[in-house]
Amino acid sequence: MSSSLKNLYQDIILDHSRNPKNFGLLEEYDRKANGTNPLCGDKVTIFLKLVGNVIGEAKFDARGCAISIASASMMTEMVKGKSIDQAKSLFEKFTSLVTGQCYKVNDLEELETLSGVRDFPTRIKCATLPWNAMVAAIEESDEEVKTE
Amino acid sequence: MATKVIEEMTRPVFDVNVLRQDFPILTEEVYGKPFTYLDSAASAQKPRQVIEAISKVYSTEYSNVHRGVHYMSQKTTDAMEEAREKIRSFVNASSIREIIFVRGATEGINLVASSWGRRNLSAGDEIILTMLEHHSNIVPWQLMAEEVGASLKVVPIDRDGVLDIDTYSNLLSDKTKFVAVTHVSNALGTILPVTELIRLAHERGAKVLVDGCQAAPHMKIDVRSLDADFYVLSGHKIYGPSGIGILYGKEKLLEAMPPYQGGEEMIDVVTFDKTTYADLPFKFEAGTPHIAGAIGMGAAVNYITAVGLENIAAHENDLLKYGTNKLKGIDSLEIVGQAPEKAAILSFNLTGVHPHDVGTILDREGIAVRTGHHCAQPVMDYFDIASTVRASLGLYNNRSDIDALVAALERVKEIFG
Ligand SMILES: Cc1ncc(COP(=O)(O)O)c(C=O)c1O
Repeated sequence: MSSSLKNLYQDIILDHSRNPKNFGLLEEYDRKANGTNPLCGDKVTIFLKLVGNVIGEAKFDARGCAISIASASMMTEMVKGKSIDQAKSLFEKFTSLVTGQCYKVNDLEELETLSGVRDFPTRIKCATLPWNAMVAAIEESDEEVKTE
Repeated sequence: MATKVIEEMTRPVFDVNVLRQDFPILTEEVYGKPFTYLDSAASAQKPRQVIEAISKVYSTEYSNVHRGVHYMSQKTTDAMEEAREKIRSFVNASSIREIIFVRGATEGINLVASSWGRRNLSAGDEIILTMLEHHSNIVPWQLMAEEVGASLKVVPIDRDGVLDIDTYSNLLSDKTKFVAVTHVSNALGTILPVTELIRLAHERGAKVLVDGCQAAPHMKIDVRSLDADFYVLSGHKIYGPSGIGILYGKEKLLEAMPPYQGGEEMIDVVTFDKTTYADLPFKFEAGTPHIAGAIGMGAAVNYITAVGLENIAAHENDLLKYGTNKLKGIDSLEIVGQAPEKAAILSFNLTGVHPHDVGTILDREGIAVRTGHHCAQPVMDYFDIASTVRASLGLYNNRSDIDALVAALERVKEIFG
């Protein structure tokens, strides 16, 4: 198998996609946003519960590929307990990592394993969709986030 | 009897490995692997004969058409009209007046929806479509229905992807003014019984448009024996260039329809008081057409006619059977669409693996398949899935291509465990 494929489908990513964390609906939430990829029909909904300025609870519901599910799973794990500003800064870092603008970023921890998607230009949007939806939720945007 | 023997003797021998040499792109490598093209339903690759015909237009016979008195303009016009005649014969239309060059099937459908629809549809009328339609044969009808206050009725399918003819018969009524159906489903491969659908529609006085995009590359089209009122197809699906296609329409219907777009080519006399329109087919061809495209499409028709549509159909059916059996041998693989009458399309899913992930892994093995909803979301909704992996076959595919697909799918299963 090619090394870039191995890098894309690392065990940790496959584990998250098979057994995603924070998967499902959040009954009581403060913020919610939907994202879709019109090209493949994939969907994600992000739910956030805020405690003041801090994300107390984060869940997601989705129909998607291994990359988007793993990304949403790791993202929701990561942003729990973070302030809104920290979550936005993680979004910036994650986006620059997977789009190849930056090769080394701090603070992303296991999310760094998703950096392999930069070798697969058609798949970058799969990784970023849940993040864009999360930012839309934070900003209380009513518009559905679309990859296209 | 004697002519039959001669026909058999003169029919070209179909040797896929010889034909493959006509398609330069097939020798390309991707990621250092041989290029395996299983996406012909999206767009077919081009043989040398088409590529050379297009290059010849620009090198030796190019000018604008139907305008100049000069030699080159006449030569280009002749070449383009010759292509129109080839395509007329290809679909067995009665006259070249019935063959309108358009950008592709999508434009052909929009033309009919706008021009025929605006003149003939009114509030309360019904248009029947099937669940198998490509978005191109849904949205133009939605737009027109909304404009005039007509409504759409949709014929369902069963779990194998076969159209429910009984429901179709029941949906037909005196309110039905138009039926728009695909000849072959691009998402599942189902071949629809269009002759019967047309006959039933005509009994109610409704007109029928057949979307022939996926049929034309695989079977002989005869618009007269189908008795289709309109038939559309795209050049790029029959091994010709993109950006060109044709709308066939019965002459009487086309004559009664208003122009679709205004401009040059489609007029007779223009004054600010009144413009009279050109005769068919030019009435519907406003502006400078895709000249090289039309000529290239003519070359593509020549090519597949020379190879022989019966030969192509036989070869593809054989490959479809081979592929279906091979895929059925992979556990956790489910084929979506198993109609008994089916063209060369294999749509499937691997349990627990998203089509996008399958597509990415196949891609790195050099295999091009399509993953997604295939511009046919209603079908996907019916099967309650977002997307499928689709391997679609063309005349140049062989058993090695299928074997490569199967081996790569085993890779996917290894990765996803
Ligand atoms: C069944 C069917 N109809 C219509 C179309 C649209 O064709 P085009 O994009 O060439 O206009 C396609 C091609 O994707 C198709 O498969």
